[in-house]
Formats: sequence, C-alpha cells, structure tokens
Amino acid sequence: MMMNRNRPVHMELSKIRLPLPGLVSILHRISGLLLFLAFPLLLMMLQSSLRSIETYTLLAGLLRHPLSRLSLLVLAWAALHHICSGIRCLLIDLDFGGRLAQARASSMWVIAVSLALTALVGARLW
Amino acid sequence: MVDRVVTGAHYGLRDWLFQRITAVVAAAYALFLAGYALLHPSLDYYGWTGLFSNQIVRAFTLLFLLAAYLHAWVGVRDVVMDYVKPAGLRLAIYVAVILALLLYAIW
Repeated sequence: MMMNRNRPVHMELSKIRLPLPGLVSILHRISGLLLFLAFPLLLMMLQSSLRSIETYTLLAGLLRHPLSRLSLLVLAWAALHHICSGIRCLLIDLDFGGRLAQARASSMWVIAVSLALTALVGARLW
Repeated sequence: MVDRVVTGAHYGLRDWLFQRITAVVAAAYALFLAGYALLHPSLDYYGWTGLFSNQIVRAFTLLFLLAAYLHAWVGVRDVVMDYVKPAGLRLAIYVAVILALLLYAIW
C-alpha cells in the first residue's frame, strides 16, 4: 500500500487553525479558570456587601472605579460564556446538536449570546 | 500495563456525572440571582440583605457554594491534568487547589 508521505503534520499550534467548537472549548476552560481564581474576591465582595451598611457603601465606592468595573465586566463575560457553553455541553450530552454543522452553529450562538449578554451587563454597569 | 500515577486519570464516570449535576445547580442559582436583579433594578443595601436573610435563599446559596467547590475542583484538576505533565508539579498544584477550596469552604 502506498503511503502519502507528504501529508502535512502540524504540531505547531500556530499553524493549526482552531475550529469554532475548539475555540468555544478553550474559552470554556479559560473562563472557568478565571472564575476559580476570582472566587476569593467574589466571596469577599459578597461578605462585605452583607456585613454592614458601612462595608456595603465602601464596596460600592470601590466598584465605581473604572478598573474594577472593567474587571467585573471580564468576570461577567467569563461567567456568561461558561454558562452558555456549559449548556451547549449538556445538550450535546443529551444527543442534541452533535453533528458537525450543528456543533459549529451552536458554537457561534454561544459566542454571540455570551458577548451580547456581557454588553448588556456593561450597559448596566456604566 | 496501565501506568497509574497518583495524579493520573481513570476515575472518569463519577466525576463526569458530578460535574454535570453541580453545573445544573450553579446555573439555576445564577439564573435565580440574575432574575432577581432584573426584577429589582434599584436594589439597595436593605433589599440585598433582606434577600439573603431569607432561609430558602441562604440554603440555596450554601448549595450553590458547595456545588461550585466540587465543580471547580473537577474542572481545575482536568485542566491541570492536560497541561501539567510532571507528576511532582502536578501534585503540588493539586494540593494548593484543594487547600484553597477547603479554605473557601470553611470561610
């Protein structure tokens, strides 16, 4: 049997074009890791928002800073993307949308919906 | 023979199921909070503490936090398993993650 010895073997990540579902998958990981790293911060925020009116107003003041708003927006995106692509994962587990064309379309939806919702959160923040 | 490392794979199905159950719990909680925020656009300190003094909301919050810890553990472990190959370093990261999550849980 003849083997095609010239077929391209790309082990260089930069030469592999990541398919859309792959992008959603890696973003799921990155957003999950972000949320894990932000966990203590979110716990602290919840705690100080509930402890007393003084800590509440202090926190509200801190969150008015543009940088903290930006970080909140990034975290909002991470949570929204993680939820959207998580729902996609669960649907695929239940045998909906496992075909290639559907998987591509749902990946588009995940990216679009999570970005749109992030924009809404941003509009609410500013 | 399968080479079983202490930080290796092969404990799949239970974690797989756990990851999905905890995900549904966390998503339900997130939807609940988002829905509440949408229905109460001008939420102040008293509305906020009032919400969290409700017994059901407290229980739901605790359930969410527990689910989030388990979910984070499985998730972070899977990611580390894929990208960190040396067993020693991997173990060190696992220990750090477990300790951090335990700390959050006590908190």
